[in-house]
Amino acid sequence: MDLLLDGFQTALTPENLLFALIGVLLGTAVGVLPGIGPAMALALLLPVTYSVGVDSAIIMFAGIYYGGMYGGSTTSILLNTPGESSSVITAIEGNKMAKSGRAAQALATAAIGSFVAGTIGTVLLWILVPRVADVVVTLGAPSYFAVMVLAFFAVTMVLGSSKLRGFISLFLGLAIALVGTSTGQARLTFGNAQLADGIDVVVVAVGIFAIGEALWVAAHLRRKPLEIIPVGQPWMSRADWKRSWKPWLRGTAFGFPFGALPAGGAEVPTFLSYATEQKLSKHPEEFGKGAIEGVAGPEAANNASAAGTLLPLLTLGLPTTATASIMLVAVQSYGIQPGPQLLDSEPKLVWGLLASLVIANALLLVINLPMAPLWARLLQIPRPQLYAGILFFATLGAYTANFAAFDLLLLVVLGLLGLAMRRFGLPVLPLIVGVILGPAMELQLTQALQISQGDVSTLWSEPVAVVVYAVMGLMLLAMAVGVVRGKKSPVPATTEDAEELVNR
Amino acid sequence: MHPRRTRTALVALLAALSLVALTSGCGVTRGSDDPDNRRLRLFIPNSPGGGYDLTGRAAARVMEDDELTGRFEIRNVVGASGTVAMQRLLNEEGSDDLMMVMGLGVVGAVYTNHSDATPLKMTPIARLVEEQEGILVPADSPFRTVNDLVAAWKKDPGGITVGGGSGNGGPDHLFPMQLADTIGVAPTDVNYISYDGGGPLTTALLGEKIDVGMSGLGEFEAQIDEGKLRVLAVSGDERLEGIDAPTLTEAGVDLVFTNWRGVLAPPGISDEQRDYLTGILTEMHDTEEWREALATNGWSDNFATGKEFEDFLVEQDARVADTLKELGFA
Repeated sequence: MDLLLDGFQTALTPENLLFALIGVLLGTAVGVLPGIGPAMALALLLPVTYSVGVDSAIIMFAGIYYGGMYGGSTTSILLNTPGESSSVITAIEGNKMAKSGRAAQALATAAIGSFVAGTIGTVLLWILVPRVADVVVTLGAPSYFAVMVLAFFAVTMVLGSSKLRGFISLFLGLAIALVGTSTGQARLTFGNAQLADGIDVVVVAVGIFAIGEALWVAAHLRRKPLEIIPVGQPWMSRADWKRSWKPWLRGTAFGFPFGALPAGGAEVPTFLSYATEQKLSKHPEEFGKGAIEGVAGPEAANNASAAGTLLPLLTLGLPTTATASIMLVAVQSYGIQPGPQLLDSEPKLVWGLLASLVIANALLLVINLPMAPLWARLLQIPRPQLYAGILFFATLGAYTANFAAFDLLLLVVLGLLGLAMRRFGLPVLPLIVGVILGPAMELQLTQALQISQGDVSTLWSEPVAVVVYAVMGLMLLAMAVGVVRGKKSPVPATTEDAEELVNR
Repeated sequence: MHPRRTRTALVALLAALSLVALTSGCGVTRGSDDPDNRRLRLFIPNSPGGGYDLTGRAAARVMEDDELTGRFEIRNVVGASGTVAMQRLLNEEGSDDLMMVMGLGVVGAVYTNHSDATPLKMTPIARLVEEQEGILVPADSPFRTVNDLVAAWKKDPGGITVGGGSGNGGPDHLFPMQLADTIGVAPTDVNYISYDGGGPLTTALLGEKIDVGMSGLGEFEAQIDEGKLRVLAVSGDERLEGIDAPTLTEAGVDLVFTNWRGVLAPPGISDEQRDYLTGILTEMHDTEEWREALATNGWSDNFATGKEFEDFLVEQDARVADTLKELGFA
C-alpha cells in the first residue's frame, strides 16, 4: 500500500500529470484517426525518450496506449470507420445507434465502459503484478487454437438471420485473410510483392464499412427521402445504465485475461463479448439495429485487454502486442530491463506507472464524456458533406496504415465489395471476423502441429484446451436439448441489410 | 441545428488530427545545390520501431545534429520484409538524394519473394552495425553445451524444434539453416518454427514449447540475467560482452554468422554522389553521438565502405541464395 501511495506521489507531480494529459490527448487523437495506431504513434515518439525522465516517458506512453484504445471508438460510432481492429465490433452496433439518434449514448457507454474496464484492469494489475510469475507462459499453441475455435463457434451466432448469407460473408473474409506469404507459400498474391504481407485489417474494415456504406448511400441519395437523424437525448437514461453495467463487467472479464495472455490480443475478447451480450440480452431483436449492450461490452473488453497487456510486460518483460514491444524498447533505452526483477529494482517506476494508469483513465473520462454530445452533433452535417468527410478520413486511414498507395487501390476494391454485399444483403460482421480470426487460428494450428511433428493429439494435450473444448461440448449439448424440446431458440436479429433488401 | 458549433467541433477535430499527421512526418521539398544544406531521403524497409527503423533513424539523427548534411526525409516503405522498398529503390535509378537502410533480412526476403530488385543491382554505400545471433535454451534443458545440441540434432534432425523470431529468409531462419549445414544436418530436415518477433519466441522458450531458440540476444537480456534462459553459444567472431557463452568457433563449430545492417543507394548514381554519401556516413561513424547510439541499442560496430562492403555484399548474397535455394524457397 505504501508503495502504491508512493506511486501516486510520482504520478501526481505537475510534470508527470502534464505528460499523462499529453499522452491521453495524443492517444485519443491517434485512436480517432484510422490507420495510425498507438504502436506507430509510440514508435514515432521514441526520440522523446532521449530528453525526458523515464517515469514521465512511460507515463505518457501508457496514456497514449489507453487513449488510443478509447479514441478508436469515436470514429467507429460516428463515422462507421474503425480506427483499430479492436474497435471494429464497436462500429457494428455503435454506428446503428448513432444513426437512430443515440450517438451520445453510444459514446457515453463506450467512455464509461472504458473507464470501468480500465480501472478494474489496473486494480487487477496492482494485485497480480507482484504475484503472477510464470503462469502465463505455460499456455502453448494448442490452448490458443482451442480458444480460437471457441471464438469461431461463438460468432456463428452473429451470422445474421440468413445462415447462408452469413456463411458466404464469413468465407469471403477467410479468403481475404488467406492473401499473403505468412506460411512460406505465396497465396493469392498474384506475384505482387505488395500483397506478400497480406491485407491490413484496418484497410479491410474501413473499405467494407466506410467506403461501402458511402457508396451505398450515394447510390440511394436521390431515390430516398432525406432521413433526418434525430438529435435525441444528450445523456444516458436510467434504462441505458441498467443495460450497460453488466456488459461492462462481463467485457472486462473477457478482456483482461486475453490481454495478459501472450497470444491473446484485443480482438478475440471483443467478439466473445459481443456474442455473449447478444445471447444474454433481453432485447436480442435490437442487435444489428443499435443495441447499447453491443457497444458497452466490446468497448470494455478492449480497454481491459490493454491493461492486461501490461501484466506480462511488467512481470516477465514480455511484450504481447506491437504497442507493448515499443514500450519495452523505450524502457530499455534507459538501460532498464523489465522482467521479474523490475519490481525490486525499480519500484518507483512500476508503481508510478500503475498509479498513472488510473489517472489516465480518469482524465479520459473527464475529457471525453462532456465531448460526447458535441461529437454527436457531427452527424447533423448534411449527408453529402458528411460522407465526403467520411471518405476523406477513410482514405487517410487506409493510407497511413502502411504509407502505401497500393492500399488505396485495395480500399476501392474492398469498398465496391462492401457495396455489393449491401446490395445482396450479406452481413458484414462475419467477413471481418473471418479476416481477423482466420490467420490467428491458422498460425496456432500450424505451430502446434509443427512442434508435435504432425501428431494431432497435441491439440488436446494442454489442460486449458481440454477445458475449452469441454465448454464448447456443453454449449452444443445445451443447444441440442433446446432443439429437441422444441423450445424456440431466440432468433438472431435480422440485419438491417436484409431488411433494406426487402424494403426495396 | 447549430451550424457554428458543429463547425467549431470540426475545426477542433481537424486541428487535433493535423497534429498527429505532423508528428508522423510528412513530405517536403527536396534538392538544393549547396551540399551542406541538401535534403536527403531515407527509405526504411519496415515499420516504425523495427530494427531497420531504429538504425536508420539513429543514423539520420546523428547526421542532422552534427550538420553533416541537411534534413532527412525518412519514409517507412513497408512490405514483404523489404522487397517493396528494394523495388522502389531500383525504380529510382539515378536519384541522387536517396539512401535506403537494409541488411541480411532484406537480402533473404528478395529471394523468398522472387524479386529482381537484388542488392547487387544497387549502389553499396556502407555497412553500419551487426548483431550476433545466440543459441538459447530454457534453464533446465538437457543441452549444456553446443556439442550436446549438435549430437542430438545429428541423431534426430527433425526431432529438435528450433524457434526463431523471423520468417523464412530472415536472420533467425538463415542462422539455424547454415548451422545445420555446417554440422552435417540437411537444412531441409530442420524443424524451424517461425515466431512473430522476440516476445512470442521468449514465451515459447520459457514455456518449453520448443527445444532451442535462435535470435539476437537484445530482447532476452532479462531472462538470461534471471537464469531462466541459457545461452549455449554466440555466432560472431568474438565473444559477446556480458554473455557467458563461447563463440561457435571456440566450441568447435566452424561457422561465423552475424545479422548486419547497412545502407544502399539506387543504381546508376554518379561517382561523386557515391563518394559524398560514403563521406557523410564515414563522418557520422566517427562521432561520439553514434558511439552512444550503438551503446544504447546494443549494436556492435562493424563499419565498412567501398570495396570491402561491396565484396561483403556479394559474398552474403551468394551464401543466402545457396541456403534458400537448397530449401526450395528461392
